[in-house]
Amino acid sequence: MSGAENNIHLHEMFHIAGGNFTNAGSISSQVKKILKEAGFSSRVIRRTSIATFEAEMNVICYASRGNLSLFITPDFLKIVVEDEGIGIPDVDLAMQEGYSTASERIHELGFGAGMGLSNIKNNTDGMILTSKFGQGTHLEFLISLEGEDKSVPLLNAGG
Amino acid sequence: MKLREIRDLLDAELITGDANLDKEIKYVNAADLISDVLAYSTGPGALLITGIIHPQVIYAANTMDLGAILFVRGKRPNEATLQLAIENQVPLLTTRYIMFETCGRLYQLGMRACIEKVKNVRG
Ligand SMILES: Nc1ncnc2c1ncn2[C@@H]1O[C@H](COP(=O)(O)OP(=O)(O)OP(=O)(O)O)[C@@H](O)[C@H]1O
Ligand SMILES: [Mg+2]
Repeated sequence: MSGAENNIHLHEMFHIAGGNFTNAGSISSQVKKILKEAGFSSRVIRRTSIATFEAEMNVICYASRGNLSLFITPDFLKIVVEDEGIGIPDVDLAMQEGYSTASERIHELGFGAGMGLSNIKNNTDGMILTSKFGQGTHLEFLISLEGEDKSVPLLNAGG
Repeated sequence: MKLREIRDLLDAELITGDANLDKEIKYVNAADLISDVLAYSTGPGALLITGIIHPQVIYAANTMDLGAILFVRGKRPNEATLQLAIENQVPLLTTRYIMFETCGRLYQLGMRACIEKVKNVRG
């Protein structure tokens, strides 16, 4: 039996430009579209899409640039977001609901509730957040496909 | 409640062309922060009442499979945001009533929130 890492049926990468709000949210929309076309359940799509939206927004709000990758395997979906930027000095504090360092400008746009990271946590089946202050942040999360219909064409494509 | 009834009740204007006004709306979320939209607009097909008019609210609506967005305080998004809503098939309405009045009038007719209360106090 091959390990999950050898069993990636799709890998897509998207670039995110920090500070550019014009199309903020479009990457999670694209991810949603891919999952919809692949035939995943609406629950899996919604959870992934919420977490992706929050992750995308955080790179735009706080980092200089980043990449978001989507991996689809037979057992789970995995999203990895790596950015270069100021990083997070205290990851545990950042994870707390309500904690935010959002600027006035970000608040005016309707962000900065301090809920993004906990929204990610609540909608995923595992999340890792690490950061080097002054360098950047690494976030990854998994959505389990347990109980999903395994006849999703994309999952069979690889054989 | 049908979208049409919501429109009439609130003297609202449908600003995205030819949306299906017979669409049934069961639950409502009112929020002016995107993260709150994402956290509390549970269950597909909910109505979002908001004052946020930039494109991110449409992306959030798409993420949550919202049934419609109702802008309060006479707010109206720009053309690009309107187009994005049309592409994503999210009906947009706008009313001159303020948030409190909008919610109150809908509540009075039996509309209920997606989530009544949060679990924790937050900072
Ligand atoms: N990629 C990142 N780079 C630097 N700092 C970050 C990053 N992601 C999050 N943070 C820090 O963690 C805090 C909490 O993030 P979280 O997403 O939970 O809330 P928020 O972005 O402030 O508000 P919301 O997501 O509700 O709009 C942020 O205010 C910011 O200080
Ligand atoms: Mg955030």
